[in-house]
Parts: sequence; C-alpha cells; structure tokens
Amino acid sequence: MAFKFFENPVVKWVEYRMPVFSFLDHSLGSSYPTPKNLNYWWNFGSLAGMILVIMIVSGIVLAMNYTPHVDYAFESVERIMRDVNYGWLIRYIHMNGGSAFFICVYIHLFRGMYFGSYKEPRELLWIIGVFILLAMMATAFMGYVLPWGQMSFWGATVITNLFSAIPFVGDSIVTLLWGGFSVDNPTLNRFFSLHYLMPFVIVGLVVFHIWALHMHRSNNPLGIDVKGPEDMIPFHPYYTVKDLFGMGVFMLIFMFFVFYAPNFFGEPDNYIKANPLVTPPHIVPEWYFLPYYAILRAFTTDFFLYQIVSLGGFLMSAKLAGVLAMFASILLFLLLPWLDRSKVRSNRFRPINFWFFWIFFLDCLFLGYIGGKPAEGSFIIMGQIATTYYFAHIILIIPIVSILERPKPIPESISSAVTAAGH
Amino acid sequence: MKKVILSAFAAATIALGNVAVTGPAEAASGVKPPAQEWSWTGPFGTFDRASLRRGLQVYSEVCSGCHSLNLVAYRALGEVGFSEDEIKAFAAEFEVTDGPDEEGEMFEREARPADMFVSPFANDNAARASNNGALPPDLSLMTKARFNGPDYVHALLTGYEEEAPEGVMLMDGMSYNHYFAGNQIAMAPPIDDDSVEYADGTEASKDQIARDVVTFMAWAAEPELEERKRLGLKTMIFLLVLTGLLYALKRKIWSDQH
Repeated sequence: MAFKFFENPVVKWVEYRMPVFSFLDHSLGSSYPTPKNLNYWWNFGSLAGMILVIMIVSGIVLAMNYTPHVDYAFESVERIMRDVNYGWLIRYIHMNGGSAFFICVYIHLFRGMYFGSYKEPRELLWIIGVFILLAMMATAFMGYVLPWGQMSFWGATVITNLFSAIPFVGDSIVTLLWGGFSVDNPTLNRFFSLHYLMPFVIVGLVVFHIWALHMHRSNNPLGIDVKGPEDMIPFHPYYTVKDLFGMGVFMLIFMFFVFYAPNFFGEPDNYIKANPLVTPPHIVPEWYFLPYYAILRAFTTDFFLYQIVSLGGFLMSAKLAGVLAMFASILLFLLLPWLDRSKVRSNRFRPINFWFFWIFFLDCLFLGYIGGKPAEGSFIIMGQIATTYYFAHIILIIPIVSILERPKPIPESISSAVTAAGH
Repeated sequence: MKKVILSAFAAATIALGNVAVTGPAEAASGVKPPAQEWSWTGPFGTFDRASLRRGLQVYSEVCSGCHSLNLVAYRALGEVGFSEDEIKAFAAEFEVTDGPDEEGEMFEREARPADMFVSPFANDNAARASNNGALPPDLSLMTKARFNGPDYVHALLTGYEEEAPEGVMLMDGMSYNHYFAGNQIAMAPPIDDDSVEYADGTEASKDQIARDVVTFMAWAAEPELEERKRLGLKTMIFLLVLTGLLYALKRKIWSDQH
C-alpha cells in the first residue's frame, strides 16, 4: 500500500533526491503503526495542533492591521473589527482560538494523566508537553495585553509585578520587562514582538513533542505495550479519518462561539481603553489562568502552608511564596513520571488512583471557580484548602497511592482485551 | 465509564463558562438589570431599523451633547439603511478641523461620510470642565463594555430616583441611580417622557427612548452583528454536512475493525 504512489514519476523524482514522501508515510501515513484501541480522548493532540495553525495564520493577518502603540492599539483593533474585510471574523477566531487551544491542551493533559501516558518510556514526551504549556501561557498572557483594554493593562501590571517578589533582583527584572518604570509603550512593543515570536517556539517544541512521540508511539486506553502487529493498525487511513472527524466536531463548537457568542470567554472591561488612572474593581485573568491565580492569591501571611514553606515567615514574603507556588503548580508536573511509582499506566486498572484522579480534576475546576471570585470572606479559606489539596495530591497522594495500591489484573494484550470485551 | 467522563466534562465546561461570564460581574455592579427583549438577540436577530433610526435621533439630540462616538464613521450608517444623501446631509451638520492647507493653516470644513462622529468636546479635559469634573465615556463600545450591556444601559437610563433614599448622602451635582455601581452618578437623568419628538411619530415614552438609543448603541458597538449571524448560519450548515460526511467515512473505513 505504501508504495503505490511512489510509482508516480514526479514523486519518484523528488523521493530520490529528498525522501519527503516516505517521511510523511512513516510519520502519519500507512507505515506508522498505531495501537488499534485509541478512543476519542486521543483526538485532542491533533486538535491542539490544528488550533496552533489557526492561531498562527489568523495572528499573522491580524498583525498586518494592528498598531503596537499605546495611542493606537485599542483603536487599531476596532479598525480591524469595523473596517478590515472580515477583520471581525479573523479577530474573533484569534480571540476565541486562545480559549479553544487551552481547552484542547487541558483535555490532552488530563487524558495523559488518566491513562498514564507520562510513564516510562514516554517521560520526555510528557516533559516537552509541560514546556509547551508554559510557552502557551506566556504567549497567551502577552497576546491578551495587545488590544490595550483595561484588563490588558491591569492584567499586565499585576502579573509583571509578581516578579518584584524575587529577592534582590526582582525590581530590576520588572523594570526590564516593562522597558521603563510602569506598563507603557515599551512594554506593549516588546510584548507584541514576543507574542509574534513565541508561537514559532511552540511549533519547535511541538516538533520535538512529535519526534518523541514517534519513538515509542501513542500510549492507549489500556496503558499496556503493544505486543505485535495484531495490536496495531496503520495511522492512515484509520486515525487520519478519525482525527478529521474530530476536527469537524470541534470546529462546529468553536465556530458556534466565534459566530454566536464571540465575547463569551472575554471580559467586558477589555472593551474600555486602558487607563492607568482607573483601576477596575476586580482584575481577573482569562479563564484558563484562573486556577493558578487562585493558588497565587491563596498565599496570605496566615496560610499554614506559607508558614511552613517560609519557616514561620522567616524565609520569604507571602507574595514570593504565592509566586513560587503558582510556578510550582505547573513545574511539578515535570516530576510526575517519577512521583508516580506505579508500573500500571491506565487508571482503568488502578481502583484507588482512579478516584483521586477525579478528585484532583474537580479540585482544579474548583480552583478555577475561586480564581474568578474576589479574594474575600470564605473564598479565601476555600481557595487555601483547594490549593493545599492540589499540592498534596501531586507530592503526597500520587506517590503514596502508587506504592500502596494493588492494581487490578491487566490484560495480556490489546487484541486479547478487545476480544474479551466481545467485539 | 464513558458516561462518567462525559458528564464530568460537560459539568466542567459549564462551570468554567460560568466563572468566565458571571464571576466578576456579581461583585462589580450593584443590582442586576432586568432582562429585556431585543430585536438582535438570537441566531437570526437583526437590528430593528426603525428603532435604530429613532436611536440615532436620540443620540444626536440628547447624548451627543456630552458623549462622543469616536469609533463610528458616518459612512457606517449606510450599512443599516441610510442613503448616501442622508449620510452626507447628516455629516454636513458638523464641523471638523482639517489641514494644514497649502498655506500651512488649519481650517474648518463640513464633516464628510468618511469622518468619525464628531466629538462634543475637543479633548477629555474640556469634557471634564463642562461636566462637573466627570468624564462622559465614549459610547462606541458601551453595550459591549458592561456585563449584560444592553439591559444595563436601558436600566441605567430609566433607573433614576428623584431623591436619594433616606440615609444616602449625594455629593453636589450627583444623581441617584439604582443600577450604577455605588448608586451615585454624575450624569443627570438624561431622558424623560417626550424628551424627543420622534420624526416617525412614535410615542416617545421614557422606556421607548431608552430602548431606541440602546438599539443604536448596540449597532454602534457591533456593526458586524448581522453579517456575523448570516455567515455563521452558512458556516454551521457547511460544517454539519462536512462532519456528517466525515463520520460516515470514518464508519466505513473502520468497518473492518469492529
């Protein structure tokens, strides 16, 4: 099958000089064997890739019409919305694409956690994925500043100010980030430049991500290694068509928001031009940052976790502890392959970890809910409990459960499990 | 198993959506404005043209004394049924500074359709000076820049109280409004029954005036809305057919695997 199109003379000519076609065939064609039991949760990797392309293409077009200057940025975005041909469509795609990207990547990440895709021998694949998430967060944060609305400005002010918590060099770092002594035109300029750069860094990381993926290939819902050809099917046409179908479904949902609820994920305040003299009553980041925002704000001086990590307030300020905790909440994922001692990958065979996975998932959602609420009253204590649980899950529950838990018997092979299930 | 995951995901999506949409709203504004029916909501909604015309009249006769509409050009009125001559005549009532001319002098000329709506004040300081220190905000994006924008603006315009309730001290020149955050607003009650005399003979009740000017402001904020919904319908139908075909293809290709 693989060699059918190699009979075409043009393909043959190119192939002899540069083996593009066999490369493609081995990467996502009929010569790339894939576990035959992947379910629809495995669609979100290709979906994230699709949105990355959509974001880059729409972003390049937007950049042609955008002016990165504090006096014109807000107005130039409105020019795009009103006067550029289909500018509103391109901008709404880019705006909602950010949310769509994070939805896909978060599902992709939780899928990896549920089915143990981070475990040996896919640790590097997972680690590169964590770096992709970090790069995405930096890109999204800087992109949100560009329309120069109230939330752009004040979000940038709050987040860049976090770096001032770093001892000794903090203030210098903030000045460097700002290019001055407050968030102003130089800040907007460098954020625009970096926002244009970062997606290509992400593309590079994605190449490494896929490279690592192709070494040991996809994990699968059973979490067991493929035993032989009977466990596998070629990527093309089986998974190409399944991915395409998934893209169709996803585009339906994505385009629904673009056309019928384009500002659903946005903040009304960002349709007010940035004003350094007027602080919005509640500064909230985009929804995909809310859980981290909740963790950041959980660290008050009376929070017992702060008292512990700072040795009773001696080592660091609560602000610094909050900043470190916020970064740690993601960086700890880098250690996940080693924190989890269980050899069994899939939670289908891990009766105890199964429940802790879902509790952790709900905890993340709850942190997101808290992040969107003002830091007052019972929200503070609830955020602190959820934050404590978040770190307890990664540092304590995962290792302890993985050692104590007795997994269910795992099937012999993918094909034997499929036959047993009566297919 | 599958059901558990799916329902958890559905719950998650809804929870996240709620956070994004209502989270900060509850804290930021005071009373939730009552929901109104608007002609442009829903998947097939369009701006009521007659209401929009009346709304422009309200903006011109009432709001534009203090509020600018900086992001909207006169020519944009052509998209909602104003003829070229109407737009030219409407724009010509305003003066803009242009130049420099060949002698290097700035000069005044009549506004043209390509100009943006002329602001009532030369700059923010002039606006503050004439308004007791308060800055009347630009209205171009007002209905997008507030939670439940159209309902909020309607409620604000009709939500004044002649006297502040007992125990509430108003500062000099301020008015009491149920829906404004903090209830103290620098804008005096802008409209009342018969504040305008409609050219089309519609009875100008306070509610009607508010509805019309909100319709106009909603159009000013989202002039692409009608085209967006039209194109959206085509896109959704196309995607539905495409996805259906892809599903059939997927079933066919996978038929030898089940």
